[in-house]
Amino acid sequence: MATIADYAGIPIAWCPGCGNFGILNSVKRALVELGMEPHQILLVSGIGQAGKLPHYTKGNVFNSLHGRPLSPAIGAKIANPELKVIAISGDGDAYGEGGNHFLHTMRRNHDITYLVHDNQVYALTKGQASPTSDAGFVTKTTPYGAAPPVNPIALAIVSGATLVSRGYAGDIEHLAGLIKTSISHKGFSLLDILQPCVSFNHKNTYNWYRERVYKLENEAGYDPTNKALALAKAEEWGERIPTGVIYRQDRLTYDEQIPALKMGPLVKQKIDPGLAAKLLDELL
Amino acid sequence: MNSHLNVMVGGEAGQGVQSVGFILAKAFARGGYHIFADQDYESRIRGGHNFYRVRVADSKIAAIAEAVDVLVALNKETIELHQKEVAAKGVIVFDNEKITDVAGIPSAFGVPLERLAVEQAGDKVMTNTVALGAALGLVRYDFAVSEQVLREYFKGGDISANNIKAARAGCKYVQENYHGDFDRFLSPISQVKRMLLNGNDAISLGAIAAGCKFVAAYPMTPTTSIMEYMAAKADEFGLAMVQAEDEISAINMAIGAGYAGVRAMTATSGSGFCLMTEGLGLAGITETPVVIVEGQRPGPAVGLPTRTEQGDLQFVLYAHQGDFPRAVLAPGTFEDCFWLTVKAFNLAEKYQLPVLVMTDHHLASSYGTIEKFDISKVAIERGLLVSDKEANDSAYKRHLITESGISPRAFPGQGKALVVTDADEHDEAGHLIEDADTRTRMMDKRLRKLTGLSKEISPPELYGSAETDTLLIGWGSTRGAIREATDILCQEGSSVSSLYLSELWPFPSGNIAGLLDKAKRSFVIESNATGQMSRLIRTETGKKTGTILKYDGRPFTPNEIVQAIKKEGR
Ligand SMILES: Cc1ncc(C[n+]2csc(CCOP(=O)(O)OP(=O)(O)O)c2C)c(N)n1
Ligand code: SF4
Ligand SMILES: [Mg+2]
Repeated sequence: MATIADYAGIPIAWCPGCGNFGILNSVKRALVELGMEPHQILLVSGIGQAGKLPHYTKGNVFNSLHGRPLSPAIGAKIANPELKVIAISGDGDAYGEGGNHFLHTMRRNHDITYLVHDNQVYALTKGQASPTSDAGFVTKTTPYGAAPPVNPIALAIVSGATLVSRGYAGDIEHLAGLIKTSISHKGFSLLDILQPCVSFNHKNTYNWYRERVYKLENEAGYDPTNKALALAKAEEWGERIPTGVIYRQDRLTYDEQIPALKMGPLVKQKIDPGLAAKLLDELL
Repeated sequence: MNSHLNVMVGGEAGQGVQSVGFILAKAFARGGYHIFADQDYESRIRGGHNFYRVRVADSKIAAIAEAVDVLVALNKETIELHQKEVAAKGVIVFDNEKITDVAGIPSAFGVPLERLAVEQAGDKVMTNTVALGAALGLVRYDFAVSEQVLREYFKGGDISANNIKAARAGCKYVQENYHGDFDRFLSPISQVKRMLLNGNDAISLGAIAAGCKFVAAYPMTPTTSIMEYMAAKADEFGLAMVQAEDEISAINMAIGAGYAGVRAMTATSGSGFCLMTEGLGLAGITETPVVIVEGQRPGPAVGLPTRTEQGDLQFVLYAHQGDFPRAVLAPGTFEDCFWLTVKAFNLAEKYQLPVLVMTDHHLASSYGTIEKFDISKVAIERGLLVSDKEANDSAYKRHLITESGISPRAFPGQGKALVVTDADEHDEAGHLIEDADTRTRMMDKRLRKLTGLSKEISPPELYGSAETDTLLIGWGSTRGAIREATDILCQEGSSVSSLYLSELWPFPSGNIAGLLDKAKRSFVIESNATGQMSRLIRTETGKKTGTILKYDGRPFTPNEIVQAIKKEGR
């Protein structure tokens, strides 16, 4: 059985106090508690501070382009569905540069867990507004304030994601639980993680989040399978911010509908050129 | 070579031009003839003007011809646009009850196409099939052969039966009523069975034979039919075809599948390839095998969507951020489409890099007859893969620096070894780095792969003698037209040879420089406005060539090349 020590990675280059540490620790804890070994996992990340996470733990790693981690994750998952595929992005990576992939990956319901480190800012490029920056957020590139944000949770619910959750990097215990739930889920799961960036987001700080977040599982009568309720929760942002599983639905995954995969992972299938002979006869 | 017959079918989109053209081609192919057929259509689903040309010969042909023996005109516009192309004893078949003002065109022969379709087959939708029958009647072709093709094309049942009736009615009408001096009669010459396919079919077959297990693409003319073919065969051949949300995703999905260990590809055209260029670099730095089919059409931007050009050469060769090795193959025959696709998959895995297969609309969508590929000759070379035992080595490094530049490749999940790679510059273990020394060593390692790769590139193919007055140089789909032009010029007494490049990068400079020195003059014949191959040759060999360029979106005919060379004098 792998331990937390088995999940140690290369030296970390994040700022001290960054919310990403809480996410990294939660990821390791979730993987250990799920009894997973590093070689069973594929971590596919984009570019940004968040995208570095795979190097700071252990697993198979494909650190891809800015905005694109979902696409290689999809290709790898279809090639070898035996891999547990976890994609990792920042808010800019996921909802800005990668917005189109985000929508369509949810619609097709690929069996991938998507962890989005949502610090509401472009951190690696030093503090520009992101798609989730609060309206009016002033940066060097948005001197008159950012336009209203996208709502990733609402987008996910209406676009067909089968598990939609929000976590908070300041609550490792709770976050690790959400990561476990997401990884165990069959189908596409979005876990948007509120992540304080101590260097570039002086608005949405640890204190700011701590005063607002609450856990849906403590809310009597909340039913994440009720889409209308979920959408109402998705709209909640301000005085109170819900965390936990917001929405869940059952739906066939994309892989389950690929007949070729019924014979086992594509990567294990033999190549036999001779089989193509019959196709030539069709053209005579 | 004896060109027996050249048929053109023209009409609006939606009138069934394509089915008539294809069925004629297939019927003649079944009679042992060699076929070359091309399509000219507009980017619309109804209306406009479309035509399909079928050239029939008793030996191999690979280009279109100009003089039309039978023009099947499904509308008046076809007559107006193409009557000048009709040969001396040629015939225009048209519906004389629908088009009444064609007096004065001696070659026009009227057949009540629509009326016969309604009377004999019960529906005017079969007007085109009556016209098909009329063409068969004119050339006195064995109806039984065509009947069998119609049955297969319409997949049996009432639809087949009615179309056969319609064709028979057209055929009979011509036999009873035509008394002109048309004399291009054909009857089946042999039982030899050849495949009738287009360039995209051949590429798809090559991919399947090579063991491609994953295709992701986004529809774009002229490569959409590759997606469609692969999707149709996916279940039977154990492969997955994903219609991606855009080309960015398509190439990145294919790269993900390649990283995970299956042979993967994507297909697109120029605009889509623009969106893929960042992914191309990703394949370069992560050393992931991927095959990209780039079917050219005239640009810039959307250009002429349904027409042909070779204007992406320089772009495909140089599309990148930074430096990384790639291979570029450009088939010019249906055979090459198959074999170079197989080679592309082998090179991609042996050298762990992106390989581009360039075609164009003309090659992708033209049909021809060829002998069956000898599948037993398809060799699968997967390169340096680690064994399942080695894949448990915890010290495994995906980007191990080696003399050849090639690192042993393990797949994620193959064993306990972790397969780590990064779009950032990385160390041998695949983790991101910033230091100057590692960066330099990794760049050198990747570029060293070019040494081995260069040796895999076949030299260009010389047709004729190296001691020649005039050397015609071509690449890709112009091969057939250039060869035929070479033959014509030689028959007329000129000293002409031709040189054909199909494996473009790494560039086979050595072979070309010598030939350019020997020839008294040389011309690159290419379908683009700036002579991109001519420039490439100059860059790589220092030698200057003349150019004969065409960029109107239409393919070269052999005669055009002959005339252009004659204009150059001597
Ligand atoms: C195509 C492309 N455009 C821009 C960049 C520059 N870039 C790198 S990371 C980044 C934004 C990072 O923000 P986010 O995704 O929120 O990640 P964070 O650093 O905040 O974790 C940008 C714009 C890039 N690498 N590639
Ligand atoms: S810049 Fe922000 S997100 Fe990046 S490491 Fe520092 S605190 Fe974390
Ligand atoms: Mg961010």
